[in-house]
Amino acid sequence: MCTYLTEKIEATGSGKGPDGWFPLSEVTVYFDHPAHALADHTLNIDFRNPGRGPSARVAVELTPRTARALVTAIESALAAAPAALTEAAGAG
Amino acid sequence: MREDLIAETITITGHGGDEIEAYLARPQGTGSFGGVVVIHHMPGYDAATKEITRKFAAHGYAALMPNLYYREAPGASPDDAAAAARAQGGVPDERLVGDVAGAAGHLRSLPGSNGKVGVIGYCSGGRQSFLAACSLRLDAAVDCYGGAVLKVPETAPASFKPIGHLAEHLSCPLLGLFGADDQFPAPQETAELSQLLDGFGKPHEFHTFAGAGHAFFAVDRPSYRVEAANEGWAKIWAFFGTHLAG
Repeated sequence: MCTYLTEKIEATGSGKGPDGWFPLSEVTVYFDHPAHALADHTLNIDFRNPGRGPSARVAVELTPRTARALVTAIESALAAAPAALTEAAGAG
Repeated sequence: MREDLIAETITITGHGGDEIEAYLARPQGTGSFGGVVVIHHMPGYDAATKEITRKFAAHGYAALMPNLYYREAPGASPDDAAAAARAQGGVPDERLVGDVAGAAGHLRSLPGSNGKVGVIGYCSGGRQSFLAACSLRLDAAVDCYGGAVLKVPETAPASFKPIGHLAEHLSCPLLGLFGADDQFPAPQETAELSQLLDGFGKPHEFHTFAGAGHAFFAVDRPSYRVEAANEGWAKIWAFFGTHLAG
């Protein structure tokens, strides 16, 4: 099925696409058909900067298990870092 | 069947007079042929759907696939374009209808056209094929496992609405090809759609294939089911042969 639902957040950071590094401005997250992964549905994340064109994109297509493990890993990595670093001004 | 064909990227006039990219495949040589508008799936104007477009030409039809994401991402790769279109909310129904109208008009204008034009779509394109057939004067329509016709997933944006109420305006015979294991659309939903069409006296032919789920035609995906796909293609050739050929 096509789920149509797309979560979108504003982003600050950088991504490395086919033409090198670029500043990110948004991230979209959705569970739907992949373009490449051999699965019926995947958790897809697009790190994008639409201001630089549609090709300014870093894409991943993850199985649900991998996606959940990634969420846990991100939370763990952030929790393990000193709060002074993750909550400091400019860390956002 | 000679199977000789010519395939090329062209520009057509779509919704709102916009110039959009489209992929045209047509039989080589002279003769009379029907036209098929091919509506790509949500992953976009990709190689797999271009292959499907060429398949129709090999079978004697002029087939035209508009790039529904061209406005959001001209010249981009299909997957980047799909991501860009998705981030902007997807293709509005009104725009889809306008683009299919432009594609159908282009097919009718081709030398050798017999004036008949059908539409076929896969996945989200299945829903859009039904939408187009309920909104435009066409000669045949095929809905390949299009969900969200009668019921929209709870997770869908508020702007995304069911279109079952358009059934009374269906302008042509409809062939529906579905998987018994699909949940969107589930067999119960397609059965309800069939009953709805019966109520309006709209000619349709629905087939639900055992052992198949969503996207069983997609040869490059694990969802591919060769038995269902082969039977499905046979149904398509018979259906278009009746309503478009000649």
